[in-house]
Amino acid sequence: MKKSSWRIVYFVTLLLLVPKKAFAMHIMEGFLPIEWTIFWWAVTLPFLILGFRSIRKGVKENPETKMMLGLSGAFAFVLSALKIPSVTGSSSHPTGVGLGTILFGPFAMTVVGFIVLLFQALLLAHGGLTTLGANAFSMAVVGPILVFLVYKGATKMGWSFSVAVFLAAAIGDLSTYVMTSIQLALAFPSEIGGFTASFTKFAGIFALTQIPLAISEGLLTVMVMNFLKKYNVSELKALRVLSKEARE
Amino acid sequence: MMKKNLMLIIIVVILAILPLFIQQGAEFGGADGEAEEAIGEINSSYEPWFSSIWEPPSGEIESLLFVLQAAIGAGFIGYFIGYTRGKNRLKEGDESKPYVTHR
Repeated sequence: MKKSSWRIVYFVTLLLLVPKKAFAMHIMEGFLPIEWTIFWWAVTLPFLILGFRSIRKGVKENPETKMMLGLSGAFAFVLSALKIPSVTGSSSHPTGVGLGTILFGPFAMTVVGFIVLLFQALLLAHGGLTTLGANAFSMAVVGPILVFLVYKGATKMGWSFSVAVFLAAAIGDLSTYVMTSIQLALAFPSEIGGFTASFTKFAGIFALTQIPLAISEGLLTVMVMNFLKKYNVSELKALRVLSKEARE
Repeated sequence: MMKKNLMLIIIVVILAILPLFIQQGAEFGGADGEAEEAIGEINSSYEPWFSSIWEPPSGEIESLLFVLQAAIGAGFIGYFIGYTRGKNRLKEGDESKPYVTHR
């Protein structure tokens, strides 16, 4: 029993290390035990409903921001398609949810992230339908919530807009992978050391690979924000993205 | 804004290229079939209980679809940039024409 459990851990770890089959990030199809897939779907569903409401309300209040919602979606589409090499010798991809979260709040991006993941599960065999609940929870729920909290916190500390955006997007990106590690460790706890041992293993793989990518995602998000700050000031004000000091 | 963004994009590019030099021998994506081989060798007791409804028939098709995803996104971003810059130029009107062509 002990041996087989270690084999499972090794097996999963190996698959995570093989980006060719695109397991680098999302938990692949059929790879969570059925009770966990149901659990994560159940956890994610309420956030999706919140997300749809949040988008409907946002578009109603500020119809002029529709284009920016499209931009947020497009940004997530591009970034999550880019598999970038990392210092660990494997590759992974950013999530791209930071931009939309800072603009529209955490729940709007749940919907956008979900759509991206659905696209990848159906057409790219990247992630999967059964694991979509779990993957959406890490990338489209936990990621955006962390982005939101870090952004708010950094703004409150009085840090500059660019620094706040960078930290929020980078930490949000990283937190997605930490959450994925937690999900895998919960489903495949190691016989010796249980959850913690598995988590350390998964997180070690993920976090190291992801750090440079998280930095890249932060920088790219700042770039787009720089553009918006120059050309879309009225929309940013309508969305209350720019704090009072930054508005001037 | 342009200068700052140019610097940022250079850092991003360096971050992406550097690993290729640091990890000279690394696979960065694994040889074809390595994953299947590994699965066969290990023969884990956990059986995936559901498999993808449809899988891209080859790595080429898969990269085609990934490129398509990125292209759709990039296309919209390009449209957005052009749209907002054009809108701004109209708004600024005649008093200052920052982007008048010199041709």
